[in-house]
Amino acid sequence: MRRKFSIKKITFLLFLVSFVSVAQHNEKKDVANAPKEEKDLKVTIKEYINHHLLDSYDFGLFSYTNDQNEKVHIGSPLPVILWDNGLKVFLSSKFHYGETLAEVDGNYYKLYHNKIYKTDAQGTINYDAEHHPTNAKPLDFSITKNVVMIFVVFLIMFFMFKRMASAYQKNNGMPKGMGRLLEPIVLYIRDDIAKPNIGEKNYKRYMSYLLTIFFFVWIVNLFGLTPIGVNITNNIAVTFCLALFTYVITTFTAKKDYWKHIFWMPGVPVPMKIILAPIEFLGTIIKPFSLMIRLYANITAGHIVLMSIIGMMFVFNNWLGSSLSFFLAFVLGILELLVAALQAYIFTMLSALYFGSAVEEHDEHH
Amino acid sequence: MEGLNYVGAGLIVIGAGIGIGQIGGKAMEAIARQPEATGKIQTAMLIAAALIEGIGFAALFAA
Repeated sequence: MRRKFSIKKITFLLFLVSFVSVAQHNEKKDVANAPKEEKDLKVTIKEYINHHLLDSYDFGLFSYTNDQNEKVHIGSPLPVILWDNGLKVFLSSKFHYGETLAEVDGNYYKLYHNKIYKTDAQGTINYDAEHHPTNAKPLDFSITKNVVMIFVVFLIMFFMFKRMASAYQKNNGMPKGMGRLLEPIVLYIRDDIAKPNIGEKNYKRYMSYLLTIFFFVWIVNLFGLTPIGVNITNNIAVTFCLALFTYVITTFTAKKDYWKHIFWMPGVPVPMKIILAPIEFLGTIIKPFSLMIRLYANITAGHIVLMSIIGMMFVFNNWLGSSLSFFLAFVLGILELLVAALQAYIFTMLSALYFGSAVEEHDEHH
Repeated sequence: MEGLNYVGAGLIVIGAGIGIGQIGGKAMEAIARQPEATGKIQTAMLIAAALIEGIGFAALFAA
């Protein structure tokens, strides 16, 4: 029995070794063939990742180079809305993916490095000493890819939860359908995030915000993992807004004790109070700032790593390396699913913690 | 001096890794000692890990 097993093992090993040798053979050929092409590939992958991380003015799904050596983009243009001595609205297809100028009412606009600049009819861009464009930038209210996806997530959430609410009403508070899936999550947020951190007395006021922020961040993160190729929380402006909500709610619902503990900390000597006040005040700003950075950096880093590993498949270009990086990408993809939920959880958790500190009532004897 | 920022980034990652490793290890220990407090320990662990991660990322972006 044992012998049979070992024979199987040896056969399997030999089988593996033969494949490895084939792979090595391939590799040698590749290196000899095209060292320059490989460098181009690396540059292309880098550009591709950078492009993926940025917001864009059109909803592009993918692009390829066809037989006539033309770049073909699949996707739909989105409206560009500019404020430049009056409202200017046009479709982003006028830019032709940055290849041409867009002319509106005698003004010329150029898409340069994913930003819109006002130029003359020839489309010249002037640079300063550090190679930054000095052209005028019109105020930009465009409906970009990220904005579209935020609208989509908003609609999904609105209709999903509205339907769930009416289903609960019909069934006398029994969950049905989607409700069965999401009820444990809602209860978890109430019982394990809101109640312990904010307190029995005050938690109800914050539940709507905590639930909204949790599901918004979660769904948005999940959309970032789909092949549509949007990543909204990867935009620091979005996370800035989310953190701003938390800051504003904390500041405006804070009770007397919260401000007292910031500006006139009870129980410490007066000189210490004067030193502590600015530090504590800075702390109130650093808290939402860290919320912003954490969500943004986690999602960005996850996307960069995932895309780099997918890019490695093309760099290796042999079956051993490529399948290894495919496996790694698969495992990382699952990890990213976890991170998507975890970041939503941590954002909600820390928001609840800050709200809790804002409404906490202290006993006067420290 | 070119490339020193990469050394800095490496140091940051090492530091954050040690920190989060410590938190994870200690949390495991705590759960082993008191399995009934698993939920609370996990929550506290995640918060602490998230705070370290936040600082790590902030420094990484500066580097």
